[in-house]
Amino acid sequence: MAPKPKPDPWYQAIVDRHTPKKRVLRNCITAFLGGGLLCALAQTALFCLVEFADIPQEDASPIVLICVIFLTALFTGIGIYDKLGQKLGAGLAVPISGFANSVAASMLEHKSEGLVLGSGCNSFKLAGAVVIFGIFSAFVVVFIGWALQLI
Amino acid sequence: MQITQKGRQTWLFDGPVGIIGQAATCGPREGEGPLAADFDHIFPDLRMGEVSFEKAEQRMEEYAARRAIAKASLTPDEIDIMFAGDLINQITPSGFTARNLAIPYFGLFNACATAMEGLALAALCVASGVARKVLVAASSHTCTAERQFRYPNEYGSQKPPYSQSTATAAGAAVVAAIPAPVEIKAITVGRVRDEHITDPFAMGAAMAPAFADTVQIHLQERGVSPDYYDLILSGDLGHVGQDIARELFQLQGITIADEKLGDCGLMLYGASTKVFSGGSGCGCAASVGFGHIYRLISEGEIKRVLLCATGALLSPVSSEQKESIPAISHAVALERGE
Repeated sequence: MAPKPKPDPWYQAIVDRHTPKKRVLRNCITAFLGGGLLCALAQTALFCLVEFADIPQEDASPIVLICVIFLTALFTGIGIYDKLGQKLGAGLAVPISGFANSVAASMLEHKSEGLVLGSGCNSFKLAGAVVIFGIFSAFVVVFIGWALQLI
Repeated sequence: MQITQKGRQTWLFDGPVGIIGQAATCGPREGEGPLAADFDHIFPDLRMGEVSFEKAEQRMEEYAARRAIAKASLTPDEIDIMFAGDLINQITPSGFTARNLAIPYFGLFNACATAMEGLALAALCVASGVARKVLVAASSHTCTAERQFRYPNEYGSQKPPYSQSTATAAGAAVVAAIPAPVEIKAITVGRVRDEHITDPFAMGAAMAPAFADTVQIHLQERGVSPDYYDLILSGDLGHVGQDIARELFQLQGITIADEKLGDCGLMLYGASTKVFSGGSGCGCAASVGFGHIYRLISEGEIKRVLLCATGALLSPVSSEQKESIPAISHAVALERGE
């Protein structure tokens, strides 16, 4: 691929002078707190299910995940999630809520083109990359593990 | 009427090229802004009673066009040519509006500079006698632009502080070679400038050089100083782009007083911080130019305005292919008619 074009240093200097910086440290802290809170809530729910509802750990875990996915889809649908996402950034994007939101948002966006060709075909428009590279990296890791066993 | 080409990019009209009808419409957020009183209609929600945002944008553009024609005391079949454009793929809102109005139609795309591209072409058409009455229209909608250029609307991505928010607004004007309270005295057709900005969120940085270039060429070719104008407006540079443009003017040796420089996308929202660095989109220059600025000039509050709509000529594909963002700015001099 051809190298990415770059502004001349004189213009880049002007642009840098007037462009507000991304507040990386603040974004990291809000992402940590927001994401941490989400995970702590989910963990508490899991704990309650196992301790008080007598559900085995391996069954309680998917129940909590499904709840997080459901709530994300709900918040996406009623138009709150994108506002939370602007504030909490990676805190919501990294947990499974980010994946659920990308699918729900894409399906909603393409609703106007119909159920199959609109919502259906576009549902994994953003999440598709996560799925395909997730599966591929899992394959690579398993292959390495298998190769190490042979030695 | 005499049309004089000055230099290479500027044309002057020595007779009246009047805006005989105009209208501006907008969405709910713009309707809460400081220019609310200058809109002919404020749609209270983004769907505007339609099933899709694309239909909503088309409805808003058609409303503005019909209103402008009515305010000129005309009917659509008395308009000879329509120039219109927007930001959606294949400029469908404009094409559909032209279908519904049944006016001979030229579809335009110069991104957010489309409104002034259309106005410049309309002025050339009526001044040369090619057409008697020409309609200009342009629109943008925050939800259609978000989907067109960025992510699904409800996707929770984090935008950087220098990004801009597309305005939900449309503007339309009818131009004819007859005297009117607001007349077009000169146009300058912009050159495409590219300072190799690649970040699609950094629109102000990508477009500021085109704005500075067009203003410089206009002043030089028309032979006037910045003081000749009461206002020199960019379309949608936002805070970031305006600050960059100020510095570029200094480098060019052009002194423009701070209160004379403005930006339609910033005027639309006032001090609202919900739009990050400012508003953007075809609707900014179209609705502010044909709404607010038209009123200021026609009521005599100000006399001369240089309106330079600014457009970024990128597509989602070009930006994913790591191409830089070329930009353009067209200038139209709007002045109080005698």
